[in-house]
Amino acid sequence: MAPSSVFAIILAALVLSASMAPQHWSARAAEPSTGVPVPKPPKGRGNECVAETDYIRRYHMQLLDHQRDDTVHEGIRTKQFSLKQCIDCHAVQGPDNKPVAYDDPSHFCRSCHDYAAVAIDCFECHDSKPQKSAAAREAFRGSMLALEGYLKARGP
Amino acid sequence: MSRDHQRNNAPQEQSRRDILRGAAALGGLALAPGVTLHLIGGEAAARPADEAVSDTHRWGMLIDAGKCGDGCQECVTACADENGWDPDGKLPTDAQWIRKIDLRDPKSGAERTLPMMCQHCASPPCVDVCPTGASFKRADGIVLVDKHTCIGCRYCVMACPYNARSFVHEPLTDQKAHAPRGKGTVESCTMCVHRVDAGKQPACVERCNDAAGGAMLFGDLNDPTSEISKRIATYATARVRADLGLDTGVYYRNI
Repeated sequence: MAPSSVFAIILAALVLSASMAPQHWSARAAEPSTGVPVPKPPKGRGNECVAETDYIRRYHMQLLDHQRDDTVHEGIRTKQFSLKQCIDCHAVQGPDNKPVAYDDPSHFCRSCHDYAAVAIDCFECHDSKPQKSAAAREAFRGSMLALEGYLKARGP
Repeated sequence: MSRDHQRNNAPQEQSRRDILRGAAALGGLALAPGVTLHLIGGEAAARPADEAVSDTHRWGMLIDAGKCGDGCQECVTACADENGWDPDGKLPTDAQWIRKIDLRDPKSGAERTLPMMCQHCASPPCVDVCPTGASFKRADGIVLVDKHTCIGCRYCVMACPYNARSFVHEPLTDQKAHAPRGKGTVESCTMCVHRVDAGKQPACVERCNDAAGGAMLFGDLNDPTSEISKRIATYATARVRADLGLDTGVYYRNI
């Protein structure tokens, strides 16, 4: 095959893949500054991640690896870098208002990992959805606040 | 290696027998008042989340086969509910963390039933044979599989004299967040390590005390003042295949 035709095929593939990119990439792609489709992961709960976002983006796997060894072997169960905590904050709600599992392309982890073509093995064993629904968590928080109010009103 | 261990362990075993014999001599007095059953709970104080486990504790269980109900499966279902495995396995190869076994003395016809699971040996053969170090013993005596390093060779399944380990053959979904399980890895009773770390008791023990005969007691074998240590010091207990010298963490009574 002539080099020019190879080049044409690659170019066509690139154009095609850009036009077929999922909706959440094209939002960033439309920004004039980049011009390249980049993943735009959905926003998590709260205002900030457990560490600087850029640091987490680059080193989350090292942090998770370190944490997993600490937890499995030493029984250290701090929440800051635990996978469970990632899943809790970064749950993406599906159309049925329930958090989506990893097999759904809109799952938080997949928004970048699909783009980078990096397979994740975590969810072959680990749960990819928060165990408690956000509603249950809010209800629990509400009841705790009510209890706190009651105890304060009751006095010592 | 295991023979060495046995040799090293022999004096300890002997001294334990002496203590037991001594206890039996005193026993006439000590046994009469008995040891109250419901003094459990609060033994496993929660460790701070950022503190590593240490060998200060050695978690163990005492199971009274005399109180274990014939046909009762509460501990098995409690374990399955807690850890997300199917207690009525469709295949003989399905995962089984705890099972009930029935014993019958052919001479007298006496029957006993008891739960059997990982015995959390102090010198576990599964750890000896593991080629990757995935099978390991935590500092507090709980024997676990690090599924991140398990290659699924199943050598530990062969090595375990208690048939306590099983292998996951099929892909799984909807695992519990506190008990990750997956195809291609070996698993067994974790003594509910996530609950122990939170200062709670294993699910089977809790259910047995709440809904069944109260045959199971969980506690710290290293603490002589713990309920489990006191009972082991007071009553005659047995360990399954004690001849192997594995120093198991699970003790039985009335077998």
